Amino acid sequence: MDTLILGLPLAYYYAMFAKVLVAFVFVLLTVAYATYAERKIIGHMQVRLGPMRTGWHGLLQPIADGLKLFFKEEVIPAQASKFAFLIAPLIALITACISFAVIPFGDTIELFGYKIPLQIAGYHDMGLDQAFDINVGVLYILAMASLGVYGIVLAGWSSNSKYSLLGGLRASAQMISYELAAGLTLVSVFLMSESLSLQKIVADQAGAFGVLGWYLFRSPFTFLAGIIFFICSLAEINRTPFDLPEAETELVSGFCTEYSSMKYAMFFMAEYANMITVCAVTTTLFLGGWHGPAFLPGWCWFIAKVYALIFLCMWIRATYPRYRYDQLMALGWKFFLPITLLNVVATGIWVLVTT
Amino acid sequence: MIMPLINGLKITFKHLFMKPVTLQYPDERPVQSPNFRGLHALNVSHDRAKCVACYLCPTVCPAKCITVEAMEDANHDKHAALYEIDLLRCIFCGYCVEACPVDALRMTQTFELASYRRQDFVFTKERLLEKK
Repeated sequence: MDTLILGLPLAYYYAMFAKVLVAFVFVLLTVAYATYAERKIIGHMQVRLGPMRTGWHGLLQPIADGLKLFFKEEVIPAQASKFAFLIAPLIALITACISFAVIPFGDTIELFGYKIPLQIAGYHDMGLDQAFDINVGVLYILAMASLGVYGIVLAGWSSNSKYSLLGGLRASAQMISYELAAGLTLVSVFLMSESLSLQKIVADQAGAFGVLGWYLFRSPFTFLAGIIFFICSLAEINRTPFDLPEAETELVSGFCTEYSSMKYAMFFMAEYANMITVCAVTTTLFLGGWHGPAFLPGWCWFIAKVYALIFLCMWIRATYPRYRYDQLMALGWKFFLPITLLNVVATGIWVLVTT
Repeated sequence: MIMPLINGLKITFKHLFMKPVTLQYPDERPVQSPNFRGLHALNVSHDRAKCVACYLCPTVCPAKCITVEAMEDANHDKHAALYEIDLLRCIFCGYCVEACPVDALRMTQTFELASYRRQDFVFTKERLLEKK
């Protein structure tokens, strides 16, 4: 504890590195097996089997897919804008993974006498005996979600193909419209928690009431906010029924039409990483984060909640057809936006009345 | 507005626990109906093909895929010296089987007829007799 780097003990950096490693490996493994789970779940929902051939019940399928994509030829269109074409998948993937930095995925644990909060951008101050984290965590997540649009727009524009361009344009319009409604639903949470720090938001959802302590069930308005936030997030990460940017019936593969090999895989990973992030954020903001009955450690509850939400995403994908573009815009601007605006006012009144 | 959406989710959730209808083809074999129309076979009676080369099957064949040449044997019986079915042209309608007056032709359950050479698709009399 003697050496201090930038005012923090060495153990902080060790812990940070370990947390990054664990979270990153967890996200990547979940991404890999989310593709498998998606194919299996949708398959069974359509009374099919899904992958069965690679390994026991197709368990090695994601690895085979990854290897295959890795050895595929890398094609860059002659008319493409090279730099933007190369950097677009990177932007998409990095912004998808980086949001995990602020999500608390477990209780503070004690290791070798050093207390570590299970949140990458957080540390435990021994002097004050209190966990600190980035105090604008939610804003950071929103910012990273907005940055993710760049990857897709750049990919669409730099490919120099009409399908990609249309996909990119749709993606940007869609993500920006739904970000607005998603951001406004979060205001209801801030009104309840009086903080943007995710540690504080999660701590606020603890309490003796169990499930009733979660923001989702705290008031009817936050319930509505939670539902709308999840739907808007689905739209923001281009999941079905809002997967217009890669509507294969109209746009071949949308913004990633011209991509091949590992770059295509990166877009795919970004999509699934985004899904995990959105599920993790929803868990943190509305489903009580890592809180749960004490017989399991916090991170188990966190993973269980995230996986349940991922299952919900896949379930929704297996059930609903794709929105038409004008319906999508009408839903975002004429339905969700006014409702969330009213919801903010209503939550404000609720908070005023109950406190 | 909400109820139809929830009903849709309910339906897909119910389907999740149904038994999949997938047939894992090379491992599991399909059970064919008894009147499945697969590869043709020439029926045999007293160690020789029943066919009397009456030319009804090439006449009725809509795809014109059957070639028959009649010949007289030692007992002055009419029989088919040449009997070929070109499976590349055959549409497996089964009219030849229906037309046959002496029940010399039938259709088997064999359906895996892929081959690497075009000439292998022309089934000669010997190959049609092989499968009893």
